[in-house]
Amino acid sequence: MTYSFQFRDVFAAWEFLLEGLVLTLELSLVTMVLGLVIGLAGAAARVYGAPWLKRIVAVYVETIRNTPLIVQLFLIFFGLPSAGLKFDANTAAMIALSINLGAYSIEIIRAGLEAIPRSQIEAGQSLGLSPVQIYRYVIIFPALKMMFPALSSQFVLLMLATSVVSQISAQDLFHMASIIQSRTFRDFEVYILVAAAYLILALLFRLAFAGIYHFVFARR
Amino acid sequence: MIRELSYIDVLYLIAATRWTLALTAIAFLGGGIVGLAIALLRVSSLAPLRWLGAIYVHAVQGTPLLAWLFVFFFGLSIFGFTVSPWLAAAAAYSIYAGAFLGEIWRGCLQAIPRTQWEAGASLGLGFTQQLRYIIVPQALRLAIPPTVGFLVQLIKNTSLAAVIGFIELTREGQLTTATTFRPFTVYLIVAAIYFALCFPLTQWSRRLERRLHVAR
Repeated sequence: MTYSFQFRDVFAAWEFLLEGLVLTLELSLVTMVLGLVIGLAGAAARVYGAPWLKRIVAVYVETIRNTPLIVQLFLIFFGLPSAGLKFDANTAAMIALSINLGAYSIEIIRAGLEAIPRSQIEAGQSLGLSPVQIYRYVIIFPALKMMFPALSSQFVLLMLATSVVSQISAQDLFHMASIIQSRTFRDFEVYILVAAAYLILALLFRLAFAGIYHFVFARR
Repeated sequence: MIRELSYIDVLYLIAATRWTLALTAIAFLGGGIVGLAIALLRVSSLAPLRWLGAIYVHAVQGTPLLAWLFVFFFGLSIFGFTVSPWLAAAAAYSIYAGAFLGEIWRGCLQAIPRTQWEAGASLGLGFTQQLRYIIVPQALRLAIPPTVGFLVQLIKNTSLAAVIGFIELTREGQLTTATTFRPFTVYLIVAAIYFALCFPLTQWSRRLERRLHVAR
């Protein structure tokens, strides 16, 4: 039971960890933007689209939400090359994560859109707003405001889930951890440190989202 | 050696699904016990206990499940325990599921109006009695749909146990891919099996939720 923690070798490899951290951040931010775009477009299609379009979006959402992310990742990275589509690990990770987050975002934003009362839209029409203005001011903005807490916690979960991309050798923070582990054999120290790094990242993201909510939504 | 992908492989994949289900069951049981404790801590009348519960939830929900798996699998062995993938997975998933279930159940407990507690107190019931006879029976009805929903998350997340060599559906898929070199087909089948497990539960959870809203 006498184990002395030695962080020295782990800290000596800080450049690796920093490099991994940068990719984790990049992956998270790009995925959040793409996921939000897919979510907005998909939710609009799901609520206001033609019946066939609604069905396609529903199938997409249900397929993604009922299968594990790691299997989606393996399908895209290991599976698609046999169909002639080859991506490097980081690109495959970004695609898989965006497709995954997109499905969850659609479901969340859809709930927001459906909660906008019909009378609000009619009120907008009676004020002479154009359909685009109605969509922007009467539908999307209040819906996003309402769904912001759910959406932001989904985004934080996504940031944590990016660790899974280490399994297709995308060079994120978690992957760098396993490289350091295999070089220093300081398993416990590395993973504790990385877990702490994710925890801090999660806190920072939550803070950032609270800030966004405050400046974009709360004042109007 | 490379061989052809045949129906035997599909049968093996289906057979490996039982370990996915077994791990889900263990995680749900362990997570349920931890979750119950956390939910109770979070509604406790003592502030330090509430903080303890909150710290636990934030710490676990702010770290990747993968990190917990690795900490238990690689970490515990340095203290002289021989850690099997089973033990590491059971511990990591109990901790993970405990945080989420605790948070879900706390929400359900707090959804019961304060006046119900007070009514119990005015009848002379103690804290545990109020909980046992008044709050929990009502909260339970609210808790079932989101708990079933989380079960879907749990089934999907057991796939991560594959990375520490725990043989379940995803790991079996990796092994099958290694011998047949047909990743697209194999992972498609794996995904289909997960879908077959999760989709009915998702639908059930939705139906339960709708029924709850009608009842109110």
